[in-house]
Amino acid sequence: MSLLLDVRGLSTHYVSARGTRVTRAVDQVSFALGEGETLGIVGESGSGKTTLALSLLRLLPPAARIVAGEVRFEGDDLLRKPAAQMRRIRGKRIAMILQDPMASLNPLFTIGDQVAEPIRVHEGASRGSAWVRARELLRAVRIAAPELRVREYPHQMSGGMRQRIVGAIAISCEPRLLIADEPTTSLDVTIQAQYLNLLRDLQRARHLAMIFITHNLGIVAKMCDRVAVMYAGRMVEAGPIRKIFNAPAHPYTKALLESIPRLGDGRERLIAIDGQPPDPANPPAGCPFHPRCPRVLDRCRQEAPPEVAVGEGQTARCWLAGDRR
Amino acid sequence: MTAPILEARDLTKHFPVKRGLLGRGAGVVRAVDGVSFAIEPGRTLGVVGESGCGKTTTAKLVLHLEAPTSGAIRFEGRDFQAFDADALRAYRRSVQAVFQDPYASLNPRMRVGSIIAEPLVTNESLPAGAARTRVARLLEVVGLPARAADLFPHEFSGGQRQRIAIARALALEPKLVVLDEPVSALDVSIRAQILNLLRDLQSRLGLSYLFIAHDLAAVAHMSHTIAVMYLGKIVEIGPAETVAASPRHPYTQALFSAALPSHPDEKRDEVVVTGEVPSPLAPPSGCRFHPRCPHAMARCSTEEPALGPEARRLVACHLYTGVRVSVGAAAR
Repeated sequence: MSLLLDVRGLSTHYVSARGTRVTRAVDQVSFALGEGETLGIVGESGSGKTTLALSLLRLLPPAARIVAGEVRFEGDDLLRKPAAQMRRIRGKRIAMILQDPMASLNPLFTIGDQVAEPIRVHEGASRGSAWVRARELLRAVRIAAPELRVREYPHQMSGGMRQRIVGAIAISCEPRLLIADEPTTSLDVTIQAQYLNLLRDLQRARHLAMIFITHNLGIVAKMCDRVAVMYAGRMVEAGPIRKIFNAPAHPYTKALLESIPRLGDGRERLIAIDGQPPDPANPPAGCPFHPRCPRVLDRCRQEAPPEVAVGEGQTARCWLAGDRR
Repeated sequence: MTAPILEARDLTKHFPVKRGLLGRGAGVVRAVDGVSFAIEPGRTLGVVGESGCGKTTTAKLVLHLEAPTSGAIRFEGRDFQAFDADALRAYRRSVQAVFQDPYASLNPRMRVGSIIAEPLVTNESLPAGAARTRVARLLEVVGLPARAADLFPHEFSGGQRQRIAIARALALEPKLVVLDEPVSALDVSIRAQILNLLRDLQSRLGLSYLFIAHDLAAVAHMSHTIAVMYLGKIVEIGPAETVAASPRHPYTQALFSAALPSHPDEKRDEVVVTGEVPSPLAPPSGCRFHPRCPHAMARCSTEEPALGPEARRLVACHLYTGVRVSVGAAAR
């Protein structure tokens, strides 16, 4: 498996208008992704998972600054690319699916126009041939009667169909990497299952690498090869999913897995995590999880733990993890 | 078995759809269509189903925010329809609600103390001092410090706001609380706190819950009875463990098999349902699930199955009606 994406020491900060307040939304994050591999990035709101995804594509709002790190994609550092080259990568080499399909689609254009647009822009295809491809793509995402649907508008579709159309747009230029940010949060349970199965089939058929950004560990369990857990801008744990689910090294990961109700486990009480997620603008000193951690040490309050290897391919940022135990 | 605190019989709510300037009727949405259930004291009825199945309309009917088109709700044995103004006021005190989004359900201009005291002030005309003591006690019950009363909702996180909403719901010492997606807007690490709090309150105060959520594992965890709704109908209802462990209706099977795994090695037999939920404006004939059902038979498109007993629960499906007749005949 060859390396597709290699992110090293990425830090993205939000700076207030006067430059007085700095929020470290993404703080020294490193990870790598191979061809055809699926990585899940899990975290709660404010953990920095969406900012991380937007940093990879350099689609950040004006207040955000990438202050350090590199994003190597197919060997080149995306952070050093001129804007014009970056535009040729977005939608062509790296595509993205967002949470709300109604906000991703333009209500004034037909489905056919919107699916054909990236093919015309990136590949210079004629309108006619791009529309032929659009119909094929709609068939690939299991839209019934695509020859009729291409002439319709987003409001004529259901939520599940709209999200499949967004999927068709994402794969239209045969990208190597697909970033999906909470792609099924707005969908019903059975529609979510259909959509996840569709994404998995598309991934296998096209050997796509995927990054799934989600707060839902169930999606990670179903879809991903590896998982990275974000907390207060840090990647607190990362590794192959079976290792993380069977032997989490970070107390936050462990607590998160235990706090979720499971079908048929018959527990009377869930094991809850005390306290609240930290304010990203004002995180606690030392390890950001220490105020909620059941195994907190004095050291955790002062000093943030560095990333250490825990096992094969598994890393954690915890003073209790790895050989330091 | 104890007498139910709330009983719904053949509950139906149709919304007329108006089109055009003259508002001529273009049909009715059968949001809830002949639904019956009972909630016992101190127990939880969980309602699951996808959008448009009628679960929120059911909650509104129970809260008396909508009047049913037909059917009856009995509360502590008395029919709702027969309630006079006083009885209705008493009913509204006994049945309270907690909604999904604690950012929308709390007035940002009111202090938390006034938010929680408002139902007390309007219903009991309590003197200010007594109201303050009650508020302090309610805050303690939901695990918030007494000084929270002087703060505004924006000073709290989502989980704490949901605790405030729960305190307000408990202010009038209700018997039944309608919980409409109470944790889905909260962060994952906070959900367990709120679910545990709700269970503790139930055993401490003997509350009954109508728990509505789309997270099947959370519903199974919280409920004693589960009702599964599809396009305005209950298709399966029974004890929570029974329904969750071995669902019988093909829709329930599809719903539970579509639930996400809790571990990467957990493999489910995927029951594939094709297509999407049809419009409730024109529900399919016969069994409403038949166009998507993997087991559909000829009679499913013409004849609507009634809810009947099957393996310690009620199921509305023709797969079991044939069997049921012979078992019933043998018993007789």
